Amino acid sequence: MPECRGLGHSVLRKEDPRFLRGQGRYIDDITLPGMLYLDIARSPYAHAKITRIPEVGELGVPGVAAVITGKVLDQYKLAWMPTLMSDQQMVLPIDTVKYQQQEVAAVVATSRYAAADGVAALEGLIEYDPLPVVVDPHEALRPGATKVRDDKESNHIFHWEHGDRDATEKALADADVVVEQAMHLPRIHVASIETCGCVASWNPVEGHLTLYLTTQAPHAIRTVVALVTAHLGLAEHKIRVISPDIGGGFGGKVPVYPGYVIATAASVVTGKPVKWIEDRSENLAADSFARDYHMRARLGAKDGKVTALKLDTVADHGYSDAAANPSKFPAGLFHVATGSYDLEAAHVEVDGVYTNKPPGGIAYRCSFRVTEAVHAIERMVDLLARESGEDPADFRLRNFIPKDRFPYRSALGWEYDSGDYEAALTKAMDMIGYRDLRAEQAEKRARGEFMGLGISSFTEIVGAGPSKTFDILGIKMFDSAEIRIHPTGKAIARFGTKSQGQGHETTYAQIIAEELGIPPEDIAVEEGDTDTAPYGLGTYASRSTPTAGAAASIASRKIREKAKKIAAHLLEADEADLEWEQGRFFVKGSPDRGKTIQDIAFAAYTNHPQGMEAGLEAISYYDPPNLTFPFGSYICCVDIDRGTGEVSIRRFVAVDDCGVRINPMIVEGQIHGGLTMGMAPALMEEISYDADGNIHGGNFTEYLVPTAMETPKWELGETVTPSPHHPIGAKGVGESATVGAPAAIVNAVVDALWHLGVRHVEIPITPQRVWSLLDERGAALYR
Amino acid sequence: MSAHHVTITVNGEPMEREIESRLLLVHFLREELGLTGTHIGCDTTSCGACTVLLNGKPAKSCTVLAVAADGAEVTTVEGLANGELHPIQQAFMECHGLQCGFCTPGMMLTSKALIEENPDPTEAEVRWGISGNLCRCTGYVNIVEAVRQAAAAIRSEAGEEADHA
Repeated sequence: MPECRGLGHSVLRKEDPRFLRGQGRYIDDITLPGMLYLDIARSPYAHAKITRIPEVGELGVPGVAAVITGKVLDQYKLAWMPTLMSDQQMVLPIDTVKYQQQEVAAVVATSRYAAADGVAALEGLIEYDPLPVVVDPHEALRPGATKVRDDKESNHIFHWEHGDRDATEKALADADVVVEQAMHLPRIHVASIETCGCVASWNPVEGHLTLYLTTQAPHAIRTVVALVTAHLGLAEHKIRVISPDIGGGFGGKVPVYPGYVIATAASVVTGKPVKWIEDRSENLAADSFARDYHMRARLGAKDGKVTALKLDTVADHGYSDAAANPSKFPAGLFHVATGSYDLEAAHVEVDGVYTNKPPGGIAYRCSFRVTEAVHAIERMVDLLARESGEDPADFRLRNFIPKDRFPYRSALGWEYDSGDYEAALTKAMDMIGYRDLRAEQAEKRARGEFMGLGISSFTEIVGAGPSKTFDILGIKMFDSAEIRIHPTGKAIARFGTKSQGQGHETTYAQIIAEELGIPPEDIAVEEGDTDTAPYGLGTYASRSTPTAGAAASIASRKIREKAKKIAAHLLEADEADLEWEQGRFFVKGSPDRGKTIQDIAFAAYTNHPQGMEAGLEAISYYDPPNLTFPFGSYICCVDIDRGTGEVSIRRFVAVDDCGVRINPMIVEGQIHGGLTMGMAPALMEEISYDADGNIHGGNFTEYLVPTAMETPKWELGETVTPSPHHPIGAKGVGESATVGAPAAIVNAVVDALWHLGVRHVEIPITPQRVWSLLDERGAALYR
Repeated sequence: MSAHHVTITVNGEPMEREIESRLLLVHFLREELGLTGTHIGCDTTSCGACTVLLNGKPAKSCTVLAVAADGAEVTTVEGLANGELHPIQQAFMECHGLQCGFCTPGMMLTSKALIEENPDPTEAEVRWGISGNLCRCTGYVNIVEAVRQAAAAIRSEAGEEADHA
């Protein structure tokens, strides 16, 4: 048999030729006949009453066809839309805006430039009465605070807690060392290089809506649109959502944004296709943010053994709870916060709060608040090790969940499927030369040079999820694969997920290649068109391989079952006498008597057994029995410039265990990117607001995304602990590095400054922040 | 809005159009000529997704007026391959220097100019050379690798041609 290049092969990507030649088809590349352009007027105030919006005639701008306002949408009951967390969010305001840069009204025009002219004219004519603003979530919780939402009792959205409070407090009281630390993971933005947008095309004759959309979850969007517009008579079979090539998602393309709904309404109103493409400022200032968790953590140890974790959190959600979580989890999977350690007890609490900021709470390349959880535990374990007088590596090695305890039930109730944390950390220490670097650090410190080593031994939780607990608006979080083998032995496979750069066209083809022996280049992979792809919940939270990847295996195995019957017929043998090797059934003991999958495919259409249906195809809707728990150990070595406060990452070793690797080249690419998006919030990225709610970080000159200059040359290592419940033992890898990296960097910086009495640094660790710490301690250099 | 008659040579072919004076070069390429390989990622000349070669030098076409390119030669990603993939395209594929593909055209054109100026760039020189182009997916490691591999391939091609001459 020729090698079919299934699992474990770095097959070059099937999607690359079109991207390399500029032939990708992204949202702004779609142009329909007669298409109009939509642009949006936005609020200069963080909280204000709108006193006047002019009529279209007052604008006097050629080419402007319509102005869409909240009052127009309200006639169709579309001024508000539901969020995934059972809250509601404005599409366009009827009378009040709640954050700076909120959508106020939209202009539809015959060209992109005319629409922008219309918005400029409109923004000059809209009048406001400013209202008091609340931006600090702690402030927002105080009695008498400015109320953000007129339809709510207070700014407190929800209280959620998990774990055993009493057992945790008791264990902390019994501990001989307890460390406590407040930390803030600030607002950040995924800032995919392609912004969001859509082309809405309403066909009044057919009563049919085609929605080209930058979405990671096309089917879920179709169902949401159907539910939201049911009262207008739009039914799900008359809605087609097409997610074209996506220029980066990272969670930012999961939500439904007001612009999508306005463009759809505008298409219905004008009877023409309408395109809306947001610009970068709109993207950063108004699309869903990530993080913004204010955490206070306590971690205790007794006799050198870590025992209990308490985690209290204030979550700033902006003016609406529009977080992208599975419906039963208001704080996502934050309760994976016990991490890689064998704790007796833990308790986590989260209070969600409204403020005058944009809504959101998406993941930024992580599975539902896992980065927040990992940051908390990995910072605290480091602190606890130091307070106990032990090296953080040795302390971790002693406190890891031992590999013979898997499957392991965590103190907060998760069943970790597999793990070998000691192996990953030991490997990372060997790769970086941990003990030697410790010796170098001591020498340098004696000379007055500051270097630091930081570890993060994270456990992730990805692949949502089992239908018992995981749903979005009631829809279970399965995912799907449909495979059809053509008579000539080639195939097409369609999925409910949607790649945004992860290389699904290649990875899925390799899974099928492994299962059926059809080479990847003979398999077309399609996603993103709800008229053709089987229903699925989409790509986010590192779920594609754990769910749809598993479905690809299962559907392939169903095909193999039927193929075996056909092979038995062709070989005139008993099914029980057939054996499978990659790509071929043969008669036991007579390896020459066999039929390839290609022979069998041809027979499935030309010479199938009497009584059997023709064709060779299968579909699988895969409901994972558990989540998968990728893990890894990262070690970061930093040098700190005492003159400028600049932190430079000298080396960063990342040992990841994502189970079985399908395409090692793609996996490593995912880790490189994830590490960079882990470094970004640790050192550079933040969106903040002044007391009046004015945004800082609303464009790429203020919001600093890493370039090749700041990004180090990442060094990767791997261990392989297959998932015991996934059909091919894979786990999901797209986000591990983003989750694990920030704590390693912060731990390294704190380590470098520990001897000065520094115990914590908030992120982003800017040169100014570090220099101030040095200066306060008389350690800054002035030259 | 005043109109202008311009002739811009794009990927070797002269293109004559009547355009508004405010039309940006990137919109000229994408919407007048339908060359959608040049992408738009920001409004502030920060991200470099719209990078093209303007008379051989990288230019961020979202902040160049099309009238300013009158009489100029522009190379876009569509002009890179000559039937076969250009060595830069080949290297980006082999080194996995792209994921979502959105920054890739701009990144490759910046790399082309970089290699023409410096046929054997060090890792540090490549990093500096592409620092005006943002990539959110790859973490740059494989892009840097791809640019160096492409440079080596171009040097070796040039060497072979010199041998034949």
